[in-house]
Amino acid sequence: MTAAPDMTAALPPESARDTPTNPATQRRKLVEVKNLKLYFPIFGGLLRRQVGDVKAVDDVSFDIYEGETLGIVGESGCGKSTCGRAVLRLYELTEGSVVIDGQDIATLSPEKLRLKRPSMQMVFQDPQASLNPRMTVASIIGEPLDEHTNWPRTKKLERIYELMDAVGLNRDYANRYPHAFSGGQRQRIGIARALALNPRFIVCDEPIAALDVSIQAQVVNLLEELQDQFGLTYMFISHDLSMVRHIADRVAVMYLGKLVELAPVSALYANPLHPYTEALLSAVPEPDPFAETRKERVVLKGDVPSPSNPPKGCNFCTRCPKVMEICREVEPAFREYAPGHFAACHLLEETGTAALNGGMRPEHNQTRIQQGEDA
Amino acid sequence: MPDGALPVLDVKNLKTVFRTRAGDIHAVNSVSFDLKPGELLGVVGESGSGKSVTMMSLLGLLPMPPAEIVEGQVMLGGRDLLKSGAEELRAVRGREVGFVFQDPMTSLNPVFTVGFQIKEPLRKHMGMSRSRARARAIELLQLVGIPDAERRLKDYPHQFSGGMRQRVMIAIALACDPKVLIADEPTTALDVTIQAQILELVKELRQKLGMAIIWITHDLGVIAGIADRVMVMYGGQVVEQGPVREIFRNPAHPYTRALLKTVPKLHGARDEKLRVIEGQPPMLAAHPTACPFRARCTHAFTRCAQENPARRPIGNGHDVACHWDHHEATP
Repeated sequence: MTAAPDMTAALPPESARDTPTNPATQRRKLVEVKNLKLYFPIFGGLLRRQVGDVKAVDDVSFDIYEGETLGIVGESGCGKSTCGRAVLRLYELTEGSVVIDGQDIATLSPEKLRLKRPSMQMVFQDPQASLNPRMTVASIIGEPLDEHTNWPRTKKLERIYELMDAVGLNRDYANRYPHAFSGGQRQRIGIARALALNPRFIVCDEPIAALDVSIQAQVVNLLEELQDQFGLTYMFISHDLSMVRHIADRVAVMYLGKLVELAPVSALYANPLHPYTEALLSAVPEPDPFAETRKERVVLKGDVPSPSNPPKGCNFCTRCPKVMEICREVEPAFREYAPGHFAACHLLEETGTAALNGGMRPEHNQTRIQQGEDA
Repeated sequence: MPDGALPVLDVKNLKTVFRTRAGDIHAVNSVSFDLKPGELLGVVGESGSGKSVTMMSLLGLLPMPPAEIVEGQVMLGGRDLLKSGAEELRAVRGREVGFVFQDPMTSLNPVFTVGFQIKEPLRKHMGMSRSRARARAIELLQLVGIPDAERRLKDYPHQFSGGMRQRVMIAIALACDPKVLIADEPTTALDVTIQAQILELVKELRQKLGMAIIWITHDLGVIAGIADRVMVMYGGQVVEQGPVREIFRNPAHPYTRALLKTVPKLHGARDEKLRVIEGQPPMLAAHPTACPFRARCTHAFTRCAQENPARRPIGNGHDVACHWDHHEATP
């Protein structure tokens, strides 16, 4: 335990709270992820030698601006959770860099990384499994304070109560154990723990997946309130596309360890460029029987291929309804097709570059948007 | 859905109580519903609302004790299942009523091949010979869209993906041509793209085979897409029931109305803030003498605490258990 970071102020400075959410204005990048790769080795054979890799995250780059929420969506096994953990260096990266607030945490020494930890925290999916059943709520929320500060007991307790108020937990429950709480309340405990050290950046890994519909809304609203109050930046990992549309400012779609599309939330949902995003969106059942009967659904065939043996060329070529010859040979580049709207697809490259060469790019974008609205 | 047709399944006044050391839990309270031939009845509710316990009570799948079915009648094909003995129930399960459970990994036996597990009900219930059961198993796997069916019979459950395993579960449930298929959160553990595949499959199978289906889920979107009729459960009771379009366009119970508003939409305007149902679901420890939803209800008044509302019809085959008249005000 070396010098404790200054956490006397409950609120971050004014500048952090007044972060503009308008994408048009210049904003500071809080998190810059470049060429992030995370491979898990596969050992096999008689001598347990490494025989291959599970390419959980394969060359992913994105930025998260201060005060925004970046949604990461994808099916199970696409690497979204691994990506979230890698960004906080809960795994050692195979390759690439993660710059958080000007410091590359991929290469930081363990001591320096430890000093950095208070500014980046995580909220886990399963509130049942991520809370120690033998610790009281107060000791769970206070554990980060024990680790990273040398405050006296009374000051810690004061902070714990303050956090319980912030997440809407009754102070009287401070000495109860996690089993006495419902799923939604447990998730509040997990959020309070993540907030204990005044972080600037929180990775929320499927924070609502284990909760009932009526409780999900409570937790999402809480996360949004806390974001406004403390100027937090979120990476929100979820498979619930409707909820991500609600909470995120920008959304990244992952498939088999790679980013296939990244765009501002409105553009992505109104005008998905990548065939996978299109299929994913059309697969979401909507709570409206009238819309459901009208809907043209793109039903993808088959399952996601194994990340230890991804297909050659484009990762999605085995299931893509619009697959072409080139897709099975060459991997498409992740390029910007409209301001802030990135995608990796050969289909776009053909039409996109043609439009670019003819200087027709704005028009091309317009027609795409119109198509999106008609559909 | 043919109106007036005799229901294949008729449940009246079902009450299930769990006797625990900490006291009784009234998990199912006077649940009544029927299922018409060829109909798909969607059952929605939060965890703990009693939807799964209701369905398990019907077929004697609950461990007794601690569970006890206190009251009720479950008519299937002219007899009361609650009065049937263990042998009789065993003949009903799998033969007349098929069951698909939520998690296809835990509901398939990992040490038997998929082929064995499909053939088991065929041999037991239908008395088929080995070769006939095998032929039927191949036919079933093809029916649920598993490629290379003949070879896959020899595979074990772990060799199948989640979606494929759920297809196997459906094949087993359909093996004996049941009149009723009960599917308990069959797509909850699956990804959306795989869920879409399973939903398409069920729609197709309904047209081909025409059995009646009870589909339990907490996902309003899934219900909207496939159900003919919807039953909303809360606190162990049926709070609202009606045709799918009625429920979604004209919800009458404050719980249904609130639930529909808490779900964010994929299209249309983005809400600044999600509508929330404050509070927690009830504990069900006491015998219900009041409306279970009153603590979280925005329309609750004195009568709600004094008397548990009975279901009353409000037209178009739609009924609701609520003292508040939803026509009076628009919240």
